[in-house]
Amino acid sequence: MKTKLKKAAFVTTFSITFLILFLFWCIFSGKFDAFHLSLGVISCLLICWATSSDLLIVPPQISRLVRLWSGFVIYIPWLIWQIILANIHVLVLVLSPDMDKRINPKIIKFKSRIKDTVGLVTFANSITLTPGTITVALNMYGDMVIHAIDDESAAALPGDMEKKVAKLFGE
Amino acid sequence: MIILTSLVSGIMILAGLVFFLGGSIGMIRLPDFYSRLHSAGMLDTMGLMLTMGGMALYIIHDLTLNNVLSALKIILIVVFIFITSPTATHAIVDAGIRAGMKPWRKRGSEAGK
Repeated sequence: MKTKLKKAAFVTTFSITFLILFLFWCIFSGKFDAFHLSLGVISCLLICWATSSDLLIVPPQISRLVRLWSGFVIYIPWLIWQIILANIHVLVLVLSPDMDKRINPKIIKFKSRIKDTVGLVTFANSITLTPGTITVALNMYGDMVIHAIDDESAAALPGDMEKKVAKLFGE
Repeated sequence: MIILTSLVSGIMILAGLVFFLGGSIGMIRLPDFYSRLHSAGMLDTMGLMLTMGGMALYIIHDLTLNNVLSALKIILIVVFIFITSPTATHAIVDAGIRAGMKPWRKRGSEAGK
């Protein structure tokens, strides 16, 4: 793959991957003397040399990737808020004395309109992260099978989350 | 300042423990394999987020470089759990479906999927 790339694209991915890896090295090592830093530079260079063409960034899509990550910055706080709300819902459900009446486990099926495979995986993982719903099965055409614990969790799908993920992946 | 951060992180850790407790109670009370996974996988994620957040907050009450690095590492633990936990839950559910286990249905609800 490396031979097909234009040199400029290769240098860009190489340096971005190197910077990300080196940042993580600094966080994990926590020592900033010349010895440890040079070890970090050497190992990051080695990894970049071997894998930078497809480790973190796939070169033809750099501009798309920037858009995607800026979208994630907006999406993730919203997702965390949804997770908190749904967690409280399930916590109340589990601790309530009349739990048997309130739960209604069921399997629901629907077709997602998201086309991008990474988008589908993001959507499936978001569904599983939100309590009350677990993704059972998913294929690349967007057919999803969800296990929901009660009627309220089931009614929330696909809903807002699908719209947000679709927007994130530009559909 | 240290009183404030200790208080907030204490509250966060306690709230996280409530979620862990809820997850454990749900494991016992819920009727079948699939619905138990809801409480096992999901309430734990929330409990972890709160307890780890509380610890990260507590550790940066005096801002030295080492403490900030430790807090960053704690936050990274949460990030990795956030990516791996739903994937693991999905793998377990998938294994159950492939083994042919039928989900529990409430009596009187419409039959089938």
